[in-house]
Formats: sequence, C-alpha cells, structure tokens
Amino acid sequence: MVMTEFWHWWVIILTVTSLVLCFWIITINLKNYTHVGEGESMGHEFDGIEEMNNPLPKWWTYMFYFILVWSIGYLFLFPGLGNYEGALGWKSSNQGIVTMAESKKLAQIAKDEGLLVQLNQEEVVAEELYGPIFKAMADTPILELAYNDDAFKVGQRLYLQNCALCHGSDARGSRGFPNLTDSDWLYGGAPETIKATLMHGRVGAMPAWEASLGEQGVQEMTEYVLKLAGRKVNDKLAEAGKAKFVMCAACHGQDGRGSVAHGLSFGAPNLTDNVWLYGGSRRAVEESIRSGRNGVMPAWKDILGADKVHVISAYIYRKSHPNQ
Amino acid sequence: MTTTNIAHPEYNYKVVKQFALTTVLWGIVGMTVGVLIAAQLIWPALNFDTPWLTFSRLRPLHTNAVIFAFGTSALFATSYYVVQRTCKVRIISDKVAAFTFWGWQAVIISAVITLPLGITTSKEYAELEWPIDILITCVWLAYAYVFLGTLAIRKTSHIYVANWFYAGFIITVAVLHLVNSAAIPVHLFKSYSMYSGAVDAMVQWWYGHNAVGFLLTAGFLGMMYYFVPKQAERPVYSYRLSVVHFWALISLYIWAGPHHLHYTALPDWTQSLGMVMSVILFIPSWGGMINGIMTLSGAWHKLKTDPVLRFLIVSLSFYGMSTFEGPMMAIKSVNALSHYTDWTIGHVHSGALGWVAMISIGALYHLIPRLYGLTQMIDLKLVNVHFWLHTVGVVLYIVAMWISGVMQGLMWRAVNSDGTLTYSFVQSLEASYPFYFVRFLGGLFVVAGMLVMAYNVIKTVRSSSKQPVAEAQAV
Repeated sequence: MVMTEFWHWWVIILTVTSLVLCFWIITINLKNYTHVGEGESMGHEFDGIEEMNNPLPKWWTYMFYFILVWSIGYLFLFPGLGNYEGALGWKSSNQGIVTMAESKKLAQIAKDEGLLVQLNQEEVVAEELYGPIFKAMADTPILELAYNDDAFKVGQRLYLQNCALCHGSDARGSRGFPNLTDSDWLYGGAPETIKATLMHGRVGAMPAWEASLGEQGVQEMTEYVLKLAGRKVNDKLAEAGKAKFVMCAACHGQDGRGSVAHGLSFGAPNLTDNVWLYGGSRRAVEESIRSGRNGVMPAWKDILGADKVHVISAYIYRKSHPNQ
Repeated sequence: MTTTNIAHPEYNYKVVKQFALTTVLWGIVGMTVGVLIAAQLIWPALNFDTPWLTFSRLRPLHTNAVIFAFGTSALFATSYYVVQRTCKVRIISDKVAAFTFWGWQAVIISAVITLPLGITTSKEYAELEWPIDILITCVWLAYAYVFLGTLAIRKTSHIYVANWFYAGFIITVAVLHLVNSAAIPVHLFKSYSMYSGAVDAMVQWWYGHNAVGFLLTAGFLGMMYYFVPKQAERPVYSYRLSVVHFWALISLYIWAGPHHLHYTALPDWTQSLGMVMSVILFIPSWGGMINGIMTLSGAWHKLKTDPVLRFLIVSLSFYGMSTFEGPMMAIKSVNALSHYTDWTIGHVHSGALGWVAMISIGALYHLIPRLYGLTQMIDLKLVNVHFWLHTVGVVLYIVAMWISGVMQGLMWRAVNSDGTLTYSFVQSLEASYPFYFVRFLGGLFVVAGMLVMAYNVIKTVRSSSKQPVAEAQAV
C-alpha cells in the first residue's frame, strides 16, 4: 500500500527532525554553556533543592551517539521512512492485497525471483523441509494411514492446532460444532467424504420458519421434532406438526432421518437419534426452527494444503473408528 | 536540609491530603482486584459463575484502578504539593482543585460500577464509555488549568525540572485521551471508535504506549525529581543531564506505540519506525535513572537507615531495568518470542510495581507526615516492613512471569521434525500453572505491604491531631 506524497514526506521529515534534534541536544550539552563551573551548583534553589552542573556521563553519551548511528543504518536498510522500501528490499509479506488470487500471484513472483519477502521465503523453506514428509503420507490411503501410529500423532497435532478451537481437544464438538467421535455424520463418514468436507468446507443452512409456520406452527413442529427423537411430548401438538413436516422432509427426509440416510448432501441432521447440534432442550429446538441456523466449516485446502488435510482426515476417521 | 517541613500556611494542602489518602485506598483496592484475578487464573471457580466477577471484566477494573485511581491520584497529590512548594505560591484556584478531586473520584466510582457490568469500549486502558470520557476531559482540563496556571503565577524565576515533567505529562495525556477516545455514541452505554481497522489499532497503541510513557513515566519522573533530592537532602546530580533526557524522552516516546503491533496488519514501515524509536528511547530513560541515583552521591549511607529513601532508590533501579527490558522487547526478533506471553505481563509489572508503585509509596511516606505537621511517619519500622514485603512481592511476581513468558514463547514456536507445532496452547497453559501460583504469592506480598502502609498512615494522621506541631518535630 503506497501512501500519498504528502504523508510520505510528513513521515520522513518528522522522523529525521526528531533524530537530528536528539543529536543536537546531546551535542550542545556536552559543553558547559551555563554561567557556573562544572561540578558547581546552578545557583537556583527550589524548596531547598539545588541542581549541580555536572557533565553528562561519558559512557552514556557514547551510547546515545552509537544508537543514533545504528538507527540511521536500520532506517537505511529497512522500510521506515515513508514509501522508501529500504536498501535490502525486505518485506514481512506482500502488503495491501485484497484477494486470494492477488496474494497467490505475488507469492509466486516472490518465490520465483527470490525476493526478500519473509513470509514467502519461510514458506519455501518449510515446503523444502516438510513437504516431502507430508507428500509421502498423502500417498497412503486414508484407511491405511489412520492406523499408522506415527501418522496418527502428526494428525493429532495438526488437529489440535487447527481444529480443536471449534471441535474441542477431544474432538467431541460443542454447541454448533459437530462431535467427530460418534457415528452421526452430517455429510457422511466415508474416508473420502471426510476429506472432501475438510478440503472444501461446508455450509449448513437451516432456514428460519417463523414467517411461514407462524408462532403456533413453530410450537407444533417443535413437539413433532422432539417426538421423532423419542422424547415425551404433547401428542396433539405433535400430530399438527407432523401434518406440516412435508416442508422439512425435502432436506431431513420424510422419516426425519436426515440427508445422509437418503444419500443426499444437504448436511441436514438426523432428527431421530437424539443427537443435537445446537442443543436438545425444547427451547433450543424451538429456536432452531423459529430462527434457523447457519453452520460454517471453513475450506482448509488453501490454508493447510491437500497433503496435510489428508493426514487430518485419517486422524478424524480413526477418532470415530478407534479399532481397525 | 535546613528548611523546615511544617505545613505551610499559605499553601493549599487540603487537596493534597485528599489525593494522598485516596492514593493509599485505591492502591489497596486496585491491587486486591489484581490478586483476585491472579487467583482466578489458577482456580477459575473463583469467578463464582457470576458475570461481573469474571476475569474479562475484573482485569480492566484492575488496570484502571491501579493506573488511574492509584497512580494518577498519587500524581495529583504530589504535583499539587510540588508545584506549590517549588513555585513558592498557592495553587491558582482552590475551587477548581477541589473539582479535580471530586471529579476524579466520580470517574473512579463510574469505572468501578461500569466495568464489572461489562460496559466497555474494549480499548485497552481506555475502556470507559463516552459519558465518563467526557467527565475525564473536564477534570483533566481543570487539572491543566490548576497546574499550568500555578506555574504561570510562580514567584521563582525558573521552572523546576519536576514541573517540566508534570506539565509534559498533563498536556500530552490530554491530547492522547481526546484523540483515542473519539467515538460515535450509539446510546448512553455504548459507542464505537471513530477509527477502523489497522488505523484504530495504531491510534489505540499510540495512546496505550504513551499512557505508559507520559502518565506512568514522565509524571513519575516529576515525582522523582522532587522527592529523591528532598529525602536524600542532596542536590540534583546534573542540570544538563535533566535537559537532555527530558527533551529526548518526550520527543521519542510519542513514536513508540507501533511496537505493540509487531507482526500484525500494521504496515512494515510503521513497525520498523516504532521499533527504532523504542530502541533509542533506552538512552534518555537511563538518563533519568542516572540523574536520580547519582543524586545520592555523598549520601549512600542514608540507604542503611532510611527506608523511605530505599523505596525511592530501588524504584529507580526497577525503572532502569524496565526501560532496558522494554526497548529490547521492542526489537522485532525479540518480540517474536515475547509477544502475547506472560513476559509482557512481567515487564509491565516490573514498571508498575517496581517503578510506579515504589516511587509513589516512597513519595507518600515523605509527604503524608509533612502534610500533617510531622517530620516522619510515626512508625519507621513498619515502613521498613512494607519495603521488604513489597520488594519480595515484586521480585516473586516478575521472576515468575519472566520464566513462564519465555517458556510459553519457546513452547509456542517449538516444532517437530515434520514441521507441526510440538505443543498445543493448552499444554503451554498447563505448564504455566506453577508460575501463576508464584505470581499470586507475589501479589499477596504486595497487598500485605499496602495494608501495613494503610495502618501506618492512619496512626500517623491520628497522632498528628493529638500532638502539637513543635512536639512532633522533636520526635
């Protein structure tokens, strides 16, 4: 991001002036410009406090000069003075970009031309060092990799750093974030399906039904959904809810067993198993129906790369299938 | 020094007394909240499942209480005292000074109520919402009027160096507060910052670091320049050194903010400029330390017998340590290790408990008896007990945080042969527990010391009302 000419010079002039003034004020104070001799009292007295005219400590003055010279050197080599990029051409990363495409393009240029962009350089080094390790693991099918203990540990570390924030250290999920250790899958639990979920992310959208069902309808539907899960309900209300369930069946299936049971990929949960993504209390279910829910799993392809995603997929698979 | 220290009939000591005594009170409150949140980090159950007792709400209460209630009250008290005595004139307006006292207490009480309720702008050290910000502005302008107005009517030819620092602190804090707190109110209890994104972050840390630089440094250097020579009964070491370090300090501090935002979305040029200025700042900071400590030339033996002087001089040692540590942590490659770890907390407390609290406590032990017509605290042994409790507390605190901070930094960056991180965040947290406990112990020591101080202050104030002034002086 380039600043305007005005701000560019504003920064330079203020910086240089500050440094020059520092230089000037120690230099003039090296000499005794006062009217009294060195080591004598200045002759003022403030509530009994006098001030001596002692010289500046020499070692301190040398340090001051040294550090000022260092600062000029640093600002010559590195960015600091407005738009001046510094003699080394060092950058922490490609700044001022707004799209992934632009970022990728600039990163590629930096890598190809060996530019001093620290982030891209570190990526090159990391790729050289660790790329082959993950490449080797990615060549092993998930089913096999999952029960390789070393790979499992690598997967666990990647999981803890990247996934545990939402799904928990033990992978048992939390409100709004699915439990990964049970066999209840929103999008399917086959190895390649898990990998697809991780690679491309998922968006689970439950619409808000308040407008079309009305308040009474929301109550009735809540009762029916709870009944599907085998809970004790008001049968009369549940019957009324059942009559309207056709609206829900498009995603959850007429039997309410969810999209996976019907080979569909909406991510509509199974409503019959008493496993609740957003809480199983009457109030929580009612809230889901009334206001809808939005669940987002990010796409990890661009963040971690396909090889690492493969290793994490194996880890997740084993968490739900502990035994081979 | 031959001048007597009895209460001067021409000076306004009432407002000084008020601020001095509330400094002790707010010190105890602020530090006790600190100990509570330190304990919560070890025993989370101590939030009692009550929203207004959670760490997130009490932490800003702790920082506001110690910086703005304890520290700033100490600055009010000492600046009003020093400006009168070094300018040989009563403060320009008793009424405006009284307004600053009651207004500032109102600010503190508002903070004590709103922060636990979760009413916050979420800007660090500037959490108070806009109506309180307006009150702060009014009080601060009144403060500037009283202080600068008194300087203007002084009966001395020169302005004493302590007053340069106080004036620099008052003027700069006004500017910082006005710029950083600029916000658009939504309703009485909520406003949004005028700035957005990286600009907002930069304005916030320009404010944040200068709250440290001007409030917690320049202001307290003003305190140091009066109370150290006064208590040591020695002249200030070097006039010329004070000229150099004053101008260099105030012109460099204002640049240092970006070091809080290393490796963020802040542009590279801002980061490196902030780092360069922070590193240079080390020199003028040490200028102040040297001038304070060298003022003791020829009076070193007094450290053996005078616990008040011990507070003042040890505070300067902590000042020197923190101002070496700070510029070092501002170096980007060091910051890559230290940032977001407990090292930062340790650094802040070596400044806050070591420098700010110790210089304030030393100044109060000099000031309070004199305000009440005595020459010293009624019980110097207890001052000595406080000194050791405080010193041991600070050392326990900062050493614990150094170790846990460096350990966290190293754990967070440790990688396996496959490039994955060796430790998860939770593991680094688990490893920090023993150090959290030591930190909690350190805090207990510090609060215990403050309670000893409160007892001693009450005894001193009470005894002054019983004894005639002449008798007290003979003690």
